[in-house]
Amino acid sequence: MKKVYGSASEALDGVLFDGMLIAAGGFGLCGIPELLIAAIRDAGTKDLTVASNNAGVDDFGLGLLLQTRQVKKMISSYVGENAEFMRQYLSGELELEFNPQGTLAERMRAGGCGIPGFYTKTGVGTVIAEGKDVKEFDGEEYILERGIVADLAIVKAWKADDTGNLVFRKSARNFNPPAAMCGKICVAEVEEIVPRGSLDPDHIHLPGIYVHRLIQGEHEKRIEQRTTRKREDA
Amino acid sequence: MGWDRNQMAARAAEELEDGMYVNLGIGIPTLVANYVGDKDITLQSENGMLGMGPFPFEGEEDPDLINAGKQTITELARTSYFDSATSFGMIRGGKIAAAILGAMEVAENGDLANWMIPGKLVKGMGGAMDLVAGVGRVVVVMDHTNKHGDSKVLRECTLPLTGKGVVDRIITNLGVLDVVEGGLRIVECADGVTEDELRAATQATIVD
Repeated sequence: MKKVYGSASEALDGVLFDGMLIAAGGFGLCGIPELLIAAIRDAGTKDLTVASNNAGVDDFGLGLLLQTRQVKKMISSYVGENAEFMRQYLSGELELEFNPQGTLAERMRAGGCGIPGFYTKTGVGTVIAEGKDVKEFDGEEYILERGIVADLAIVKAWKADDTGNLVFRKSARNFNPPAAMCGKICVAEVEEIVPRGSLDPDHIHLPGIYVHRLIQGEHEKRIEQRTTRKREDA
Repeated sequence: MGWDRNQMAARAAEELEDGMYVNLGIGIPTLVANYVGDKDITLQSENGMLGMGPFPFEGEEDPDLINAGKQTITELARTSYFDSATSFGMIRGGKIAAAILGAMEVAENGDLANWMIPGKLVKGMGGAMDLVAGVGRVVVVMDHTNKHGDSKVLRECTLPLTGKGVVDRIITNLGVLDVVEGGLRIVECADGVTEDELRAATQATIVD
C-alpha cells in the first residue's frame, strides 16, 4: 500500500472531521508537525480536541488553530508561551485539561499499546487526582489515568523510508513516537524520504507499522528561546 | 546578607554526588550546572535527553536541540536521546537520583506548590508533578520570602499543590532546611544570616 503523499492536504484528505481528537507530537516548537498543522487550518476542521504537550506560540504551530478558533479543547501540560491561548482559556472560550507531562506521554503510549488505563503516583494529593480512582499498591497511593486513543495522530520526523519507518533527530523526538502510537491513523511529515533499504534497521526509532501516511517537505523549524554562549567562555 | 542566586546554586551543587543522574528545573536550578566542578554528573532534560551540554556558540544553535526550558543547548560525548514516554519512565521509575527545582511555596510537611496561581497565572505543571513524585530526592531552591516580604516557607501551602509531602531539602537565600518529622530542621544559615533571622523569616514550624 502506498503511504507517500504529495502534500500535507492530500495526506489529510478523508481523515479530518469536526469534533475529532488529534494527538500531536512536538515539545514547544521543537519537532512539531508544522506542515500538517497548517493544512488542518486550511481545511477548516472545527471543534477539535488536541492532545499536545504545548499549544505552540501565537503565530506558529498549534497557535495557528487557536487563532482560527478551530480548537474546542486542549489536553496539555504547559501553555505558558501563548498569549492567545491564555486569553481564550481565561474567557471560557477554550477548554483546557492539564495533564502532567509524563502522564500525558504515558497516556498516549498506553493508548497505542492497548492499555486502557494505568496507575501512577504523579499528581496524588493534587487537583489532578480529583475524581480519579485511587488505589494502594505496597503501601503507597496511586491514581488511575486513562490511555488516549486519538482519531488522528500528526507527527514530525527527520527521515523516513517509503514504508513509514521513522528516524528522529536529537531532542525533536520528544512526544512524536507516543503520539504516533496512539493514533487510529497517523500522518507523519519528514524532512527527507530516503530509498527503502538505506535506513539501518537497527536504527529505526519508530517502525512503519505506526505510520499510515507520509509526506516530505520544507520545515521552518523556528527556535523559541535562542540561548548562546560567547566563544571566550569556552 | 544571605546568598545571591549564584551562591544558592553553588550550595545546591553540593547536594550532588559523583555518578548521579539529575534533573535541574528552570531558573536558579539551571545555574547549578555551573558549580558541579569535577563531579561526574549527567543532566537529564525531560523532553528526552540525558547528558545535556552548555548553550551553543552563537551561530551554532540547532532548532532540534533544546532543553525543557525550550532553550537551545548542545550535546556531549555521553548524550543519549529518547522519546517523552521513555523520559518520564525513567523519572517515574525512580532512576533519576535527584531533582533540583524552584517553588512558589513549600510547607513544613514537604508539600510543594510551583505550577499555578488561581485566577492570575495559568501556565501548567509541565513535568514538575512527575518529577517530584518519581525522583529519589527533591531539593527546592528559591528565595525565602516573596516580593512583599512574606515567608514562602509555610505551615501549609495556600496554592494548588505540585506534590504532597515530596520535598526533602529547601535551599534559600537565607539558609538550608530539611523536612523532618514534625516540621523543618535548620541545616545551616547563609553567610551573614543568624539563626534568629532565619527563624523570623520562616512561617513553618522549626524543630530542633
